[in-house]
Amino acid sequence: MDMELFQQILVAAIKTGTPLLLVALGELICEKSGVLNLGQEGMMLMGAMAGFAGAYFSGSLALGLLLAIIAGMTMAAIFGLLSLNLNTNQVATGLALTIFGAGLSAFLGVNLVGSTVVGFKAIAIPLLSDIPFIGPLFFNHDILVYGSFALVGICWWVVNKTRAGLTLRAVGENPYSANALGIKVIKVRYIAVLVGGAFAGLAGAYMSLSYTPMWMENMTAGRGWIALSLVVFASWRVGYLMVGAYLFGVASILHLVMQGIGFTISPNLLAMLPYVATIVVMVIISSNPLRQKLAAPMSLAKPFDSRIH
Amino acid sequence: MLRTQPRLESSKLMSWMSPVIAIVLTMLVSSVMFLSLDINPATAFRVFILDPLSDSYNLGELMVKTTPLLLCATGLALCYKANIWNIGAEGQLLVGALVGSYFALQAGDDSGYGWLAITLIAGAIAGMLWAAIPTLLHQLFHTNLILTTIMLNYIGLYLLLWGVHGPLVDPDGFGFPESAIFADSVLLPTIMEDGRASISIILAVIFAIGSGIILYRTLPGFQLRVFGSDQPAARYAGYSSKFIIWSVMLSAGALAGFAGVAEVTGPIGQLIPQISPGYGYAAIIVAYLGRLNPFGIIFAAFFMGTLYMGSDLAQIELGMPTAITGLFQGILLFFLLACDFLINYKIIWKPTTRVAQSSKPTATETKQGTA
Repeated sequence: MDMELFQQILVAAIKTGTPLLLVALGELICEKSGVLNLGQEGMMLMGAMAGFAGAYFSGSLALGLLLAIIAGMTMAAIFGLLSLNLNTNQVATGLALTIFGAGLSAFLGVNLVGSTVVGFKAIAIPLLSDIPFIGPLFFNHDILVYGSFALVGICWWVVNKTRAGLTLRAVGENPYSANALGIKVIKVRYIAVLVGGAFAGLAGAYMSLSYTPMWMENMTAGRGWIALSLVVFASWRVGYLMVGAYLFGVASILHLVMQGIGFTISPNLLAMLPYVATIVVMVIISSNPLRQKLAAPMSLAKPFDSRIH
Repeated sequence: MLRTQPRLESSKLMSWMSPVIAIVLTMLVSSVMFLSLDINPATAFRVFILDPLSDSYNLGELMVKTTPLLLCATGLALCYKANIWNIGAEGQLLVGALVGSYFALQAGDDSGYGWLAITLIAGAIAGMLWAAIPTLLHQLFHTNLILTTIMLNYIGLYLLLWGVHGPLVDPDGFGFPESAIFADSVLLPTIMEDGRASISIILAVIFAIGSGIILYRTLPGFQLRVFGSDQPAARYAGYSSKFIIWSVMLSAGALAGFAGVAEVTGPIGQLIPQISPGYGYAAIIVAYLGRLNPFGIIFAAFFMGTLYMGSDLAQIELGMPTAITGLFQGILLFFLLACDFLINYKIIWKPTTRVAQSSKPTATETKQGTA
């Protein structure tokens, strides 16, 4: 394969992996606090719709972005209210959030289908983008991709190197001990859930303002779910998440590559690839249950009520 | 001040009342929504709830919508009762429809009911095999069932699209993505003069009642319920978790697959890309609305069917987008989950003054503050 095609594939993989990376980062923070939010797909869809609507009506991409984040956080707040205050089953509540988000975004966005906005444009960073191979790969993207690079760094630092990160992990490992130490478990979990919502909203906005600048019902096509597997794949580590997201990016565009090489397979069969890849990856990483058990936050998906132990 | 307190024993009354409260709250929220859209809520509820029941044609269509929901939800309830998170009914339904269509297309006008039976069984087996994939992966590699079943929903959808664009496309269909119309011999008999409702609704009700009897009146059903509520106890009692997981997953897959093949050989009569408006996902809500009890699910499925039917009518009469069904479903599920809080907690009235004045609050009161 010639270098140029290889480079193009990698660039496309980064673009395709970015929404996965963003939503998975949010979910990772959320899960570190012991909360399993399966509503990523719904929050992402709301972010995509709100972001597109904001940009379309105001003409400002920045406002669209802001609206997307607010939409994601509002959705996350509903999840928090149910799962943290009312102690509902987190799995079922997350599913409800996805069903609700898919419905609400389709309902509110029905008149936006077919509209267009001018999405985020790539900004080549001077000098750095001139580096052969590496330059076009990492330094010629739109602002959201750069933002995602930065967020990976920030998240890694916060989770692993700060007191806040320690608190977060303590709550996720053993909320009752954390509570005994005076940490406000519900408050920490709320923050984690809201951060997760903000990231999902951002990921949605990337879909509707950068990746394909438009709005379509269910346009995230399961990326929220793939991101959930990605967190497991990364065994709850920020660094692995980035690698995983771009690997999934490659899997998602593999059909373009194959068509490029001259394979003539039905586009519908090729479209299955990312989902098949997700299952394959899950099989590989899950085959050692002990490792996964050790990596996952101990209290993941378990409700916390200080009154019942 | 209103405070919440965990109940010592979960409330039987509330476990039946909570779906009712949830439906009432959903209606309240939708009223506000209708008002904001300048639609009289009374008119909207008439269109959504009463009109689907108004004449025999609409009743027939209501049964058409109810059938796949009831079939899928019955299967899902068995899984959820056993604490097995199968989200894959949608994919199992689609694959059942696809494989069923393949068999239906082999039939001629004089194939007879034998071939219809083969078609139905093939659809059910296809759904079962589709459910067997995540089960096998779960058993062998401990993969997360939720995520694998969801991935298989997407794969199933693309498989269906491939079939309907490719091998099963009608050669005389001018390139439209649909199969040829099935021969009359493989169409399910209808139960009413006018309308598309087929005998599959009767079968769905029978399957639901059968599942209810198995669940509440037989030893395997008892084992399944114990397994779902207390896995360590079930292990201690020597129940085979393998057997329970396989049986609920395969039953759910077969029921969803049957739902798919009953759609294409029933009201639709051919394979088209839009087999399901998300029946498999809505069935999750139906299962919860029916309290995971197959008898309750029969009512819940009719309720959800009414909602689907109502939103079709609302689109025609009020010009509302069909997306509103999904919105209602989400709100309803939220309220259902929220109201379940009342089963394990009670809300009590406590004058704030007394708490504030007492110098040494009791242990329970201090802890309540943190909740």
